[in-house]
Order: sequence, then C-alpha cells, then structure tokens
Amino acid sequence: MPALLIAEHNNKEVKPFTFNAITAASQIDQDLHVLVIGHSCEEVAKSISEVPNVKKVIHIDDSIYENYLPENFTTAVIKNSENYSHIVCSANTFGKNLMPRIAALLDTSQVSDIIKVISTDTFLRPIYAGNAFATVKSTDKKKCITIRPTSFDPAPTSGGSAEIVKAEKGETSNLTKFIKREEVKSDRPELGTARVVISGGRGMGSGDNFKLITAIADKLNAAIGASRAAVDAGYITNDHQVGQTGKVVVPDLYIAVGISGAIQHLAGMKESKIIVAINKDGEAPIFSVADYGLEADLFEALPQLLEELNKLNTIQK
Amino acid sequence: MKILVAVKRVIDYNVQVRVKEDGTGVVTENVKMSTNPPDDNAIEEAVKIKESGKAKEVVAVTIGEDKAQETVRKALAVGADKGIHVKVDGITEPLAVSKILKKIVEKENPDLVFMGKQAIDDDCNQTGQMLAALLNWPQATFASKIEIKEKSLEVTREVDEGLETIETTIPAIVTCDLRLNEPRYASLPNIMKAKKKPLEQINVSDLGVDTKQRIEQIKVEEPPKRKAGIKVANVEELVQKLKNEAKVI
Repeated sequence: MPALLIAEHNNKEVKPFTFNAITAASQIDQDLHVLVIGHSCEEVAKSISEVPNVKKVIHIDDSIYENYLPENFTTAVIKNSENYSHIVCSANTFGKNLMPRIAALLDTSQVSDIIKVISTDTFLRPIYAGNAFATVKSTDKKKCITIRPTSFDPAPTSGGSAEIVKAEKGETSNLTKFIKREEVKSDRPELGTARVVISGGRGMGSGDNFKLITAIADKLNAAIGASRAAVDAGYITNDHQVGQTGKVVVPDLYIAVGISGAIQHLAGMKESKIIVAINKDGEAPIFSVADYGLEADLFEALPQLLEELNKLNTIQK
Repeated sequence: MKILVAVKRVIDYNVQVRVKEDGTGVVTENVKMSTNPPDDNAIEEAVKIKESGKAKEVVAVTIGEDKAQETVRKALAVGADKGIHVKVDGITEPLAVSKILKKIVEKENPDLVFMGKQAIDDDCNQTGQMLAALLNWPQATFASKIEIKEKSLEVTREVDEGLETIETTIPAIVTCDLRLNEPRYASLPNIMKAKKKPLEQINVSDLGVDTKQRIEQIKVEEPPKRKAGIKVANVEELVQKLKNEAKVI
C-alpha cells in the first residue's frame, strides 16, 4: 500500500518543509501520494505534481480549508486514508497540531518527530530534548508518522508530472473559527532553512540590543534566532525561538551570542555543522557544544565581529 | 465552569539525562522528578481563571505509578480543588493516555481540559489533540493567551509563522505553551493544606481502557557526541577560523 503525505502550504505556495517531508515519506514507501487540502490552491497541487518522487496528488478544495483548521482537515484526511499504509506530515506546528487528531480517530499510536527511516515500521527519534535517541517499531497496521524536516534533505521540485485527482471534501466542523494570524514578515532567510543562523540570549539585555545581531545577520545573510529566555524577556517575538519547544535548526553556521546553553536550547541547534559561542562566562554550557568559543563581552565582540567581516573581500551567501 | 487539568511527572528539566548502558531507556533511579513544565502553566491558568470568578472548580488528574501522586499534590498546593490519580505501571503511550482521560472527562464533565503542549520526556506532543479527537471537541494547541467569552473561548496560539488566534466552542481542549503565564510556587502552608484536599485513586483496570503498547522501544542510545571544540583568543582569530578552517563564511 502506498504512503500518503499531507502537504503544508498557504494556498498559494508549498511550504518548504513539505519537500523535506516528501523525501522522508518516499524513504518509507516509494509509492508516495500527496494530499493537498486547501482553498483555491490549484497552484499548490500543480507544484507538488512536479516533484519527481510524487506518484499522485489528491486535491481537495473548499473554503472550509482556507485556514487549515485541524477539526476540518482531519475528516478530509480520514476519508482518504483507507488505501494507505502510512500517513505522514512534517513535525512543525502544522503537523504537530493535525496528526494526533487523525491518529486518534484511526486508533493508531503516532510516531512523532522521526529523524531517520530504518524500515517501513522502524524509526529513529530523539527523546528528552535530544539527549537520547530511541529506535522504535510501530505495530499498528496503519501508521501515523511526523518527520523532523531538518533531518531530511528537500526533494527536487521539478521534473515530475504526477496525476492530480480531485477528491470530495470531508464533513464540515463548526467547533473552531479562525480569527487572525499575525505573521512576522521578513526579507531574511527562514529560520528553519537558513544556511547561517545568529541567535541572541538573555545576555543581550534588551530588545534594542538585538540590533547588534541584526547588523551581523545582514552581513552574513543569516536568519535571527533566540533562546527561550530572550523570548520570555520580551526582547524578540516567539517565532524566533530555537529549542526543544521552539524550532529545530541545522544551519552550516550557528552563532550563539549571550546564550548560556540550557538543555532546552541545545536541543534546537546542536546538530548544526559549525557552532560558534560568544559568552563572557567561560563556564557556560554552550561552550561544550561549540566548535569555536569566544569568551568575551558580547557588546565589544559583536561590533568587532562586524568590523572583521567588513574587512573580508568575499562572504558566502 | 469546571476545568480539568492533566499533569505528568517527568525527569526534572534541569537534570542532565543519562542513557542506561543496556540500551533499555534512561536512568530514572535517584533522579529528581518534577511536574512537566508546561503542565505547570496549565494548572496556573486554570487557577487564575478560578480566581477571576469564571470557574468554580479545578480538578487535577495524573496517570502513572504511585509516585505520580506528587504532581497532583503539587497542583492541589497551588490551587486545584481536587485530585485524581489513575494508577498504571509502565509506559503509557499518548493514545492510551487520551483514552484514559476521555473516561475521566466523561466522569467529571469539565467544560475545559488544559494540559501542557508537550511532555519533555517522550517529546510526543500528542495527548491533547488525541483527546480532542476522541471527544470530538475543538482543540486549541500551543496556547499563549486564553480568553473566556460568554459561550466561547478565544485562544492565541504560538505557531511557526508567529501568532494565530482562533475561537472555539465550549467544551474545549487547550494545550498550553510555556509563555502562557508565570507559574506560582506553592507556599508551605498551602502544601500542608493540600494534604487535606481530596485525592481520588482509580485503578486503570477499572476504566476498561486498553493500554497495551503499540510502539515497541527497540533501543535507546546516546546521540552522537560533538567533538570538543576550541576557544579562540579574539574576534580576529574567530573570523580567520570560520573563513579558512571551517570555510563557512
């Protein structure tokens, strides 16, 4: 039986992590179908059909799906789930919200946030904020899986031509009503997919001081992250939070500034290729995961860093 | 209005978790245990709503071995009125937990059920959503603000893109984010008083719920270790290393 992936999108474009999820799902089963549920989202269905790994696109279109409410999505997914062995989705806030609701109605024990496909029923997943890895085997007939997007490469986006099939909508639920979404618009790369991330912690001292981080982010074309402490202190909005309950990032370069390195933060960034820590406390735990540690006052180090970067002839973007 | 809050006992968030040598799990002997952090936010919010006069009763429920009662006692000490301990030994997966909670909801008839958005031990992030599905109730996950209106609930949710606000009918399930509020500490007199509050014990076998594990844990291992890095003397050296050694800028 094929696997069914639920695409995440905004009715106009496919969200990037859907391509990572396609890679993971096609490792589970090469016969991969993708479910596109939304409102006036023909373009999304078309983009997905061009992904070579995708064998078939099932498109369900109705105004009730405009804001991806899980109460409505769930019935649509269940209605189309019968002929599939696996239902797969990204483990970001979209998939975390949706998949357990589906799994419970299918009486399936969900496997969350996998980082490796070992076989069709066995997966590797982090537990305890990534302080342990568990190999788990699902014994349910139909499996519900969410995948950690940063652990899988994105699938190629062109060259395929899967068939697009329209399907009937599910039951309408009136339990929940969408009111508004406050998205933070930015010209910077997305935190989850950026090549370079620079994050500030409580050591930044104020929201205003984040301009020191911004200047370097501009120079390196980096996304801006933050520790939970910095978000809790109101220095920066929650969508920047990196950690166990925030975002997991795996950039080529992660620069942690004024971040002590609590277990919860390390869970979100310790798989980064190169980690730099700038902290005035030489004993801070962040240094234990840093490839390059600089014990210094960030208010002196950051302007110096900008100056040194300005001296370079070329900077990778 | 009556609010049921589900709390879980987990290894304290400050403890450096260690994997057992035989690969069967993590070390829990002689390790400090606490209430799952966002469950503390769930209790705090329920108690605040009660204090504002919008709720009459807060019931705290936990599922687990005998010692799990400590988490209910703590909830009672910060303001819950009544506790329930469903005794079950061994690993209980979120699906089984949500089936048990469904039974408790049917027994207690709460208007709202609160719990943390995720437990920091198994990091599953499933139970609230599953319970909402089994009850066919609305779900408001990752809540950072909860407002009780006349006949509905308005919840601000923390999502990847920023914030989202939804309105749900009541009854509803809310899973709480760490930023929802600042949980209070239990004072000593309140800890003493909590000992006199009612705590009902239920054996899971009396609820008729199948708690058999559906997911086999084959092994638990240490994640690959990062090799130790170096300290650089100054910013100039840092930039040199990043450019010429790591080749990332």
